[in-house]
Order: sequence, then structure tokens, then C-alpha cells
Amino acid sequence: MARAPKRKTPKNKAKAKVSKARAADPRASKARAAKPRVSKAKPPASKAKPRVSKTKPRAPKPARKAAAKPTPLDFQSLILTLQKFWADQGCVILQPYDMEMGAGTFHPATTLRALGKEPWSAAYVQPSRRPGDGRYGENPNRLQHYYQFQVIIKPSPADPQALYLESLKAIGIDPGAHDIRFVEDDWESPTLGAWGLGWEVWCDGMEVTQFTYFQQVGGIECDPVAVELTYGLERLAMYVQGRENVFDLDFNGRGVTYRDIFHRAEVEYSAHNFEYADTDLLFQRFVACERECNALLAARLAQPAYDQCIKASHTFNLLDARGVISVTERAAYIGRVRALAKLCCEAWLAPTNPPTNTHAG
Amino acid sequence: MSELLLEIFSEEIPARMQKQAAADLGRLVGEGLKAGGLAARSLATLVGPRRLVLVADGLPKSQPDTLEERKGPQVGAPELAIQGFLKAAGLASLDQAERRELPKGTFYFAVSKKPGRATAAVVKDIVEAALGQFPWPKSMRWAHNPARWVRPLHGIVCILEGEVVPVTFAGITAGAITRGHRFLAPGAITVKNFADYQAKLRAAFVLIDPAERAQLISSTLAKLAVAEGLRVKDDAGLLAEVTGLVEWPVPLLGTIDAAFMDVPAEVLTSAMRKHQKYFALTDGDGKLANRFGVVANMATSDRGKAIIAGNERVLRSRLSDAKFFWVQDKKRTLESRLPKLEERVFQAKLGTMRDKADRIARLAAYLAAYVPGSNAEEAHRAGLLCKADLSSDMVGEFPDLQGIMGRYYALHDYEPTMVANAIADHYAPLGPNESCPKAPVSIAVACADKIDSLVGFFAIDEKPTGSKDPYALRRAALGLIRIVLENKLRLALLPAFGFALGGYGELVRDSAREQVERELLEFFADRLKAHLRDKGVRHDLVAAVFARGDEDDLVRFMARVDALAAFVKSDDGANLLVAYRRAANIVRIEEKKDGAVYAGEIAEADLGAPEASALLAAIAAIETTVDAALHREGFAAAMAALADLRQPVDRFFDKVKVNADEPAPRAARLRLLSRIQAAMDRVADFSKIEG
Repeated sequence: MARAPKRKTPKNKAKAKVSKARAADPRASKARAAKPRVSKAKPPASKAKPRVSKTKPRAPKPARKAAAKPTPLDFQSLILTLQKFWADQGCVILQPYDMEMGAGTFHPATTLRALGKEPWSAAYVQPSRRPGDGRYGENPNRLQHYYQFQVIIKPSPADPQALYLESLKAIGIDPGAHDIRFVEDDWESPTLGAWGLGWEVWCDGMEVTQFTYFQQVGGIECDPVAVELTYGLERLAMYVQGRENVFDLDFNGRGVTYRDIFHRAEVEYSAHNFEYADTDLLFQRFVACERECNALLAARLAQPAYDQCIKASHTFNLLDARGVISVTERAAYIGRVRALAKLCCEAWLAPTNPPTNTHAG
Repeated sequence: MSELLLEIFSEEIPARMQKQAAADLGRLVGEGLKAGGLAARSLATLVGPRRLVLVADGLPKSQPDTLEERKGPQVGAPELAIQGFLKAAGLASLDQAERRELPKGTFYFAVSKKPGRATAAVVKDIVEAALGQFPWPKSMRWAHNPARWVRPLHGIVCILEGEVVPVTFAGITAGAITRGHRFLAPGAITVKNFADYQAKLRAAFVLIDPAERAQLISSTLAKLAVAEGLRVKDDAGLLAEVTGLVEWPVPLLGTIDAAFMDVPAEVLTSAMRKHQKYFALTDGDGKLANRFGVVANMATSDRGKAIIAGNERVLRSRLSDAKFFWVQDKKRTLESRLPKLEERVFQAKLGTMRDKADRIARLAAYLAAYVPGSNAEEAHRAGLLCKADLSSDMVGEFPDLQGIMGRYYALHDYEPTMVANAIADHYAPLGPNESCPKAPVSIAVACADKIDSLVGFFAIDEKPTGSKDPYALRRAALGLIRIVLENKLRLALLPAFGFALGGYGELVRDSAREQVERELLEFFADRLKAHLRDKGVRHDLVAAVFARGDEDDLVRFMARVDALAAFVKSDDGANLLVAYRRAANIVRIEEKKDGAVYAGEIAEADLGAPEASALLAAIAAIETTVDAALHREGFAAAMAALADLRQPVDRFFDKVKVNADEPAPRAARLRLLSRIQAAMDRVADFSKIEG
């Protein structure tokens, strides 16, 4: 059954960061910055290509001989290509954070690591959940669950725009054949107490990436400043593959489509988000997360506390999608999540003073 | 004479900030040069997405030399003072000092010539100061850099007559190297002077002059449109924005998919403009055509084919959303959306939008009585429905379509046309240059919406202060003023405010009501002054009419101002004004001298001069005429009656000595002068008139 859900979803872009990645050599980003850019002659895309064409029965071999149009990347190859590209730039390649969140920015690898003096370069895919954007699988462009590819580099390198454009070439978008532009789009996350300046990047009029120089996170000034790139993977793939419906995306180059994997989930989660999510339980959960977050902060466990902040934020998004939060209450809920985020960020930066192991004795 | 070329090359500058940035750069550097004694013969600034450029010509080679003087002790002062002076001034002996005669005696002076600094050195300081204090509306830091700029900075070119001035800012030292178009000519370009810079950049696919880009965009788009029998819809704001998004504009035309052409034109235009920055095209009848104009920043070997295809695809996905909303929204009537307005807060203390809709409905019905051609029933209906589209999906996605969608949905519900049009018109005028509603029902609802907001926010003491006007009350007041004046509505504002306040029920205590109404009227007076000042009406004339007391009928007010303007421009008027001031001055001076007030009854016998008696008679005569004229709002007639005073007044001043030697005639004559003022002040307070 089709329905038009309420569309006023907050731009709840928040991010998180992975503390495990600390193992990564902090100098990696410096080395990367000094390195010459990816050579034009050998874009990473060419590596991924042969595999695709080999396994794809439909691609006739003779046609590939000339400098014909390369086969567009399937969805998973797009991800692999971006990962390879940014790994070559010195980023640690992380896995998605194992929690529901509205945007890759909520990942601790971004939110927490954007703070502080230590250099940091990471790239990862993050499933992003926007409960209010569910369309029961009927809208060709809108999903309540989709993927972002997130790159965070601190300090921002000398020419991040050039690096970014190289990454577009790697996935088969030739800036010489398209109209690529950087259009003002200042980013602000009221839930994270974060803001930055940058652009949305347009490719022939389509926004494919958000590009942000973080100025503040959790109400704390970013110094040095990190640059964040957020690729909308489905949009990019639709562009590269020339599809008008996200569900028609070629996922693996072997006949599996995006629809095969995600359509049923979109239908079911839309019903969950708009009709079935238990609002009483959600209200309780919000309060519980808030309480737990504060308790963990008292124990100086910054990242576990931040997990609860992420959970509170997603819980709020679900309540919002269910339409049970009034306009005036909304601001108050966002303020409560922001207060948690702020405390978590401050705790993250607090001088390390390992919590006492009360189990030891 | 030298030329200065300055280019600040950065990552993309937001389009909306470019024009002001160019002006600020010109101002900061221009003022710096002037203050440094280096006035340029000409100074121009240019701006584009990645660069801010300044060229100044005719600069001197160096600052003029200056003489520095230091005053020393008096001749014959103690040795210690003399030695101190010589040391401080850097003189070897008193022979090097001058002696000067001053009123207080003879003093030593040390005079030294300070050679002017070379222009290059001064320019370096000026430019560095300008960059360091640049007033971007929003600026940022990047990497480790403590400096701020609008976006990360990549290079500075600063050349004075062929020589690099090594300006340093944000870790960058200026040179002579810039870059061309990001994709079409990314290599380094060495430049010598402005002419060389402009030519080389043009060859590198960068047009640095925004005026040239704008011209190229509009003429090329127009040509493309005309070739298809279409024309581009004027959109100066969009043109300015797009000009700031491209260095090498390449206008192209794309096609709107036929599947979307049944969606209202405003929706298509709004979706194209707001999200995609496309220009709308119209056919011969002014109807929206199925083509759009997009301005790329790129020349491609396929002549833009891929770019057009990409843009068409994006537009299809945008419009499929819009079409979905259009179909969905029409499944419900506007009226059925009213309960939804209860979830929308107008203002915490002022209730929900539903409450507001009810108040607007009642107020519009009340106001309909003052709008010829409207009727209370339709005004009430339109008022009730005017906010209902806020809960539609379309307005949720495209807030700028509020009202416009309400009209479409109302027509779909078979509401009367006047009602539907009033829903669309009631937000107008949105800006000082936007047009006002003309249709009667629209006028009633537009006024009701504004009065309701103004009265409500004043009642809870949320008045605009300084630059803060979060509820756009100044705009609302100005809008109301314009609607009333442009439609010549005979509407007494105070009773209307009173009725509107009644709509808020218990919110305001009865005792406080009058104060709210007064404050609001004063607020209107200020807005009216500002409005008339913008229209070139002399503010002193406005003040002169205002000083007559509370006038809450704007049309009558303007009639007075107009009549007064015509009068003071006339010969009689100008002359009388002089007499008025002369009379006022004399009375003021004498009153001060005597510590008395000269006003009140005048015994004719005391005047003691025929010219004085004649003047008194003339005043008495015109007072009656003026009062009668004012009563029937014949302001021009009232002014004309005043003109009858001119001759008697002139004759009085010619022949009669005001400050007579005898106290009785003096007092009577002073009272007569007061009476001239009083007579004239019936029409307007002439003491406020300047010039």
C-alpha cells in the first residue's frame, strides 16, 4: 500500500569514529599527502575491470578491444575501487560501524577522530538509516537504508579537491567529459553540535558527494581541520551505470541487482518505521540511552558512552518518522542528543586516565 | 605611474558572496592606498568562483615625502630640557633646530624630512592587512592554518608594474603564477600585468569579468531559445547566482520529460530553479515550455551531449517526486487539512496555525467592508483556507510554493476563483519590489494575515529591535502600507488593530490593549517614513504631517503630504515658509528674553498698525476656510487658503516694527506672530520643514 509519509526528516547527519583504528600509523596521512597523485595512466578502475568483463556473459569480448567505453562499475566494484583508491592515499580502510546511524559522519572514526591533534586518515562504507525516507520500495530514488562512502583526512591535505577528482576518474567519471562543480553547501549537524564549510559536488547537475571542512564537532573547535568526503554510493552507481531506478542497479556484475538484495527490506522497514515501531518502547529506550550515556561518561568511557548517543539519535529518528514528536518537542530532543554528543566529545579529548579495573581483584 | 594586479586564488567561493567580496576588496585596498598617500587613478575588482581580482592603475612610485615636526622647549629653558629635546629629536646641537614665535613665546622646533616609502612596500602592508581582516559572512580554517578565508587559499598573484610584491598570507607568498580553468587548462600560467593576465586567462578558459559572463550567459541562452521559437524567463537572481558558479559558461538546452508537463508550471519552475539552477523557458503565449536552460562550466568534445543527458536525468528524478506529491495532495480537500494545522505552532504564545487561520478568517471578513468589491463571506472562506496547504507534501518539499499550491488545490476542490486567488496572493508583497494584491478578496486576506501577525507579536512584546526582526514584522508592516496605499483603501488602522486584538481573546488584558495599538501605530509611522524616504518623498514633509497627531488613515495621510509638497514648492508656499520661520524666531527670542509666552487673544486696538490689523483679519478669515477644507479632506484647498496669508504677512513685516517701544503693542504683535504659526500648523507642523 502506497503512502506518502511525512517528509520533514531532520538532516541528522552525525558521525562516529572507530577507536580501534588507532593501530594505524598516524604518519600515514602525511606520507600520502606528499606522494604524487594516482597516476593517470593506470587508474585503479582498470584493475577492477577485467574481472568484471570476464565474469559477465553479456559483454562480448571483441567489443572491448578498441578504446571503447569501459564497462561501468557494478555496485560492489565501485566500493572496492574507492577503497583501493583511498587506501593508496594512505587511509586506513575501516568497516562500517556496527550500529544504526543516520550518516557516516556518526561513525566514531569521524566524529571522535576529527577532534584532537593527531593526524588521522580513514575511509569506510557506512550504511545510513533515515527512517523517515522510507517509501515502501516504490520510489526510484529514496531509501530508508542506503550506503555512504566516507573519507576523513586530518589535517586536510594540500589539495583535497584534486584528490577527490582523481577518485572520480578511478570510478569511471571523466571530469573532461562532464560538468563537475563545487556548489556551496554548508554542513551543520544540530544533533552533533558540529558544523563545517564546503560544497556539494555536482556531476551534470546531480549531487554526488558532500565535501566538508570540519570547523567544530561536539561544540569543540577542530584544530587541525579535517576534511570529510561523503559519496552517495547509490547515486554515483546510478550515474555510472545509467540507471534511473536504484533498484535496477547491477550489484555484482553477475546478475544480482540492488532489488534482489534490498527491496523486501525497504518495504518491511518502511512499515516498521511508519506503522509498527513501538513508540512507547522507543520513548523508554531514548531515556535509557541517555541515562546509560551519562553513567558511562561518569566512568570516563568515552566511546561506549558515544555508542549510547548514537542509539539515542537513531531512536529519535524513528520516533520522528512515527510522527509522534511535535514541532516544539523536536527541538528539545535534538538538544538532548547534542548535549550527549558534546559530553562524549569532551570525554574523548580528556587526558587519558584509564578507568579502574574493578574486576581485577 | 604603476599598475597593481592582485589575484587571490582559492577553492570555490560561494556564488552568493562573490559580489560583496569584490566590493570589500576594492574598498579595503582602495582605502589603504588613499590613507598611504597612494591614490590610484582607477581601481576595479572582478570576481569568479575561484578568484578575487583587483587592478589599480596610476599609482605613484612611492609615497610623498613628509615633514615631521617636533616641538621643543622654550628658548632659554633649563639645559636639562634642551638636552632631552636634542636627544629625542636626534639633533646634534641647537643650530639644527628652528626657532618659532608662538603666542606663549619662542620655542625650538626640530623639523625632519621623512622620505615616502616605496609603493611596493606599502602595498604589501595594505594587502596583507586587507586579507587579514576580510569581512567574509562566513569563513573557515583549513589544515593547520590559523588564518581564515572563505575556502582554502591556493595562491596569490601580486604584481606592481611587472615586479612581484611578496605579499604573505595564510602561509602563501605571492608570485606571478596563476592557473586556468580547473579542467580545461589546469596548468600554471605566469602573468606580467593585468592585460597579460586577462588575455592569458581567457585563453585558459576563464572569463574573469562577471559582467562579461552574465552577458554571455543571457545572450547565448536567448539565442538558443529563439532558435526554437521560445524565450528565456527573466530571472536576474538566478543569472547572478549562475554567473558565480562558472568560469567558462557554456549554456545548453535540455528537455523536460513530457510526463511532467501536467504538473503546475510553478512547481516545475521551482524544482528547476531551486535545486538545479535551471532557467525556465516560455513559448509565444508565455506558457512554460518543455525546455530548460542549464549553464555548464565545461566545453566537452560531444558538445555537451552527456552533460544535457545527465541533467535531464536528474530533473526526471526531481520531478517524479514533485509529480507524486501533486497527485497525492489532490486526493484530499484543502478543508480536510485544517485539523493538521493544529499540529503546527504559529508561535508558542500565539497558538497554532489553525488558530491563526480562524483569526485571519474573521479579520478578513471584517476588513472586506473596507475593500470595495469584496464580500465578507468569500474573504472569510479564503482566510480560513489560506494556510491549509502548509500541510501538503508539495509545500513540505517546496516551501516557496506556499499559497501557490493552495490556489491549485482550492480550484481542484471547486472553491470560488476569488477565494483560490486570495489564497495564492495573501503572502504578497514578499519584498519591496514585489507587486501587491489587487483583487478585492486577496486584499482583505493579505491585510488580515499581516495585521494578525503584527498585533499578536506586539501583544506579547516580540517587537523588532535593531537589526533583529525574526518574525519579519517590518516586512509585514511595509506590505500592509503598500497594499493600503496602492489600492487607496480607506481603512482606519486603530479600529482594525482593535478588532484583530479581539481575535486573540484573553491574551491581552483590556487595560493593555490601547497601549499595544499605540505602539503599533508608532511602528507604522516609522515604516511609513522609511517607505516614503525610499520613494523620494521629503522626510521633513512626512514629519510635518505626522506632528499633527495620530493619523491612522494612510490614504488621508498621503493626501496631506502630497498637498504639502506641492505647496512648499509653490512661490507662495516658499515665501510663507520664510515668513513662518521669521515669525517663529522672533517669538522664540522674545519669549526667552521676557520669560513669557506670547499666545492667546489679541485685542485689535493694541496692535496699533493698520497692517497688523489687516493681518489679524486675514488670519481669522483663513482659519475658518482651512478648518472647513480640512474637514472635507480638501488638503489642496487648505493650502491654497494659507496662500492668502502671503500678502498681509509680507506687508506686516515690511511696515510694522514688532518690538514696539510701548509694551502693549509689542505684546499684541508678538501674539499675532504666534497666531500665524498656529494658523499654519492646522495643516502641518511647518517648523519641521527644512531647506
